[in-house]
Amino acid sequence: MQGSFKRLVEVGRVVLITHGEDAGKIATIVDIVDHNRAIVDGPTTDVKRQIITYKNVVLTDIVVKGLPRTIGTKALAKFLEKEQVVEAWQKTAWAQKLEARKRRANMSDFDRFKLMRLKKQQRDIVNRQSAVLRKERA
Amino acid sequence: MAVSKNQLAPGISRLSRSKAFAKRAAYKITKVVPKAKTEAAPAKKAAPKRKGGKRLGDLVATLTYKKSEMAPANVLTAPKAGRKALRSPKLRQSITPGTVLILLAGRFRGKRVVFLKQLKSGLLLVTGPFKINGVPLRRVNQAYAIATSTKVDLTGFSVDAKFDDAYFKHEEQAKLKGTEEEFFGAKAQKKEHPAHRIADQKTADKDVLAAVAKVPYLASYLNSHFSLSKGQAPHTLKF
Repeated sequence: MQGSFKRLVEVGRVVLITHGEDAGKIATIVDIVDHNRAIVDGPTTDVKRQIITYKNVVLTDIVVKGLPRTIGTKALAKFLEKEQVVEAWQKTAWAQKLEARKRRANMSDFDRFKLMRLKKQQRDIVNRQSAVLRKERA
Repeated sequence: MAVSKNQLAPGISRLSRSKAFAKRAAYKITKVVPKAKTEAAPAKKAAPKRKGGKRLGDLVATLTYKKSEMAPANVLTAPKAGRKALRSPKLRQSITPGTVLILLAGRFRGKRVVFLKQLKSGLLLVTGPFKINGVPLRRVNQAYAIATSTKVDLTGFSVDAKFDDAYFKHEEQAKLKGTEEEFFGAKAQKKEHPAHRIADQKTADKDVLAAVAKVPYLASYLNSHFSLSKGQAPHTLKF
């Protein structure tokens, strides 16, 4: 850890791919090519081993510890499973937010209507309760 | 080069064909249709043959020969016969019996209705159902409807064959406005909705209503209007 950077480009760093075919998937940095590109691989998330520019990638907080440089795909898969990287990613608020966004975009017209109705119900319950509490306090 | 004021450039008229037609008041001219081509055509003058005895005379005649038969001025070109067959439009793949449609045009725009079947004219037969959202049995153009992925389960339900295009045709009423009768105080009679239509609506909607009632929220969904809110674009939405 150096200076104020909390996430560093390093072997074992898990990244979220933001552009291209694999957009939305996570992968792990296996080797660093130069100050623009790295080799990433994601056997557990259907990402083929490839050189990727840092522009198309966002670093996450997750790091696979003790990952040797230029590890093979099969060996990497074992590492990722042992460290439960996918599970760790899915637990983050970030991943959950992306998932929610995706789910919302895929909702049908009827689903949106039902959501609206349920939100109304939720709002009603909350408002009633808060009104009661406000009265008690006053 | 001087260009006539009727022309933009040599050979290009300032007025379009239709504008010229209006200016000339050509619509006032009754068209004279020639009786038959053979009658209208004047007797032909045969072109002199080259071969023959008086060679020089023939040559002069041949070289100076002019076709005297001019096109008669009143001949109209025959309209081109259309070769396209009238076919009713294909039903969109996303529309099947029971599909909830969002109407986009007309009196019931924004309403969500249930599709029943496609009529021979290509129009879609839909119903509200009437009891839920006030949309009667109605014909709708599929171009003016969004098909949603929501389907009302209409298995075992068949639409009465009497609901065809003729069923929905309006009866023509004699126009009253501007006539003598209106001037002397006759008032347009309001047509009453025929009783058989009310009965038809009820029988047709019966099974649809039963199917709708089985799914929670579906009835109130059909009762609601479709609208876009801030940040929503119809082409990015999934229906």
